[in-house]
Amino acid sequence: MLSYLISLSETATEAATGAVVETEEHSPLMVEWVEVAIALIVFGILFFAIKKFVVPNFEKTFEERTTAIEGGLQAAESKQAEADAKLAELEGQLADARHEAARIREEAREQGAQIISELREQAQTEAARIVEHGKAQIEAERQQAVTSLRAEVGTLATTLAGRIVGESLDDDDRSSRVVDRFLAELEGAN
Amino acid sequence: MSVAGIVGIAVPASGGGDEFVAPGPGNFDLPAVFSIGSIDVTKPMLQLVLAAGLVFAFLFFAARKRAMVPGRLQFAGEEAYSAVRNGMGRDIIGSHDFKPYIPYLITIFFFVLTNNLFSSIPFIQFPTFSRASMAYALAGISWLVYNSIGVRKHGLIGYLKLQCVPAGITGPMLLLLVPLEFLSNLLIRPVTLALRLFCNMFAGHLLLILFSTGGLYMLQNGTPFVQGAGIVAWILAIAISFLELLVQFLQAYVFTLLNAMYIQGALADEH
Repeated sequence: MLSYLISLSETATEAATGAVVETEEHSPLMVEWVEVAIALIVFGILFFAIKKFVVPNFEKTFEERTTAIEGGLQAAESKQAEADAKLAELEGQLADARHEAARIREEAREQGAQIISELREQAQTEAARIVEHGKAQIEAERQQAVTSLRAEVGTLATTLAGRIVGESLDDDDRSSRVVDRFLAELEGAN
Repeated sequence: MSVAGIVGIAVPASGGGDEFVAPGPGNFDLPAVFSIGSIDVTKPMLQLVLAAGLVFAFLFFAARKRAMVPGRLQFAGEEAYSAVRNGMGRDIIGSHDFKPYIPYLITIFFFVLTNNLFSSIPFIQFPTFSRASMAYALAGISWLVYNSIGVRKHGLIGYLKLQCVPAGITGPMLLLLVPLEFLSNLLIRPVTLALRLFCNMFAGHLLLILFSTGGLYMLQNGTPFVQGAGIVAWILAIAISFLELLVQFLQAYVFTLLNAMYIQGALADEH
């Protein structure tokens, strides 16, 4: 087939060579075996070099990139899930803390109320005690006043009575008996 | 600075009123750069080696770091690699069994692309695959690859049946279709693969030589009017250079795409 084509074109160019000067001309379609061989060899070497050193590298890079992207997506997903869990946990803790705080506040309020009532009670007792004390003191003083009055009133009365009667009622024993009797009568009338 | 200098080919007409020598296939028979024994090593052969080195260096250094967040080089390499891997491998062969053919498709695409781009790179400026033999070599590899994949998967008979007998056809139509399918799927494919690549590179380069040397000749030898046309020719040469860039990329793309489609066809369970 090829050689037929070549011989065909050779006759064609031979017809045309008249115009193309005197340099010896081959048909451009002629097979130059050296060139064929060199092209085969160079192509073969290039093919094996590319197959061995280029294609595996590119293919591996593409594969790695694919897995890296997929792995990245997965990692992001698990990170997201982790973050969600963490958030839920923190929210739980926050709720617990709020609960705790409310409880403590409630307790404090109860304690406060208790303290106030205790203090009030204490103050009342104290007040009562002070009032009691005051009453006792007053009673004592009254008693004292009564005693001293009794003596003084006796003296004054006998002195007054003596002046009125004109006789000395300096006889102490007697007069004091009279006074006592009088006072006892007064008390008895009371 | 002449456009001929930019395009980087020897100007056949050395000016001074000589007859204009139109560029032809002879422009593609470059002299040997050096010789090893009886083998003449020419520029396109060196370009093959250079292209292989460049392609490997670029891909190797881009792939080596394997960073999760790629740097500039790695990013560029990954984008280029993925474009071929996904756009031609996965989308055409199918995500189930394209993986083993990635290295092959990658090699084909970048190797052809670099060699094609050499046509537009200053100081190189020669499309490697304008040497038909080199295109034959790649097409031959393609033929071997897709057929061996098919034979390995379906067995020789099964594979021949897959490629030659269209599904859903019975009776005498088969007599007509089987030879046609055999011809187109098993014999013509490598030829068209090779010729498509070769012709595009050859023709593009020839066109550039023609416009630039022709423009120079007109500038040197023409009347003012013809000199104006020479300038237009140079402007066109620049425009064609850009068109060629597109063609260079497209040819690499198509070559790889067809390889992927042939592999897919050889793997397919039915047409």
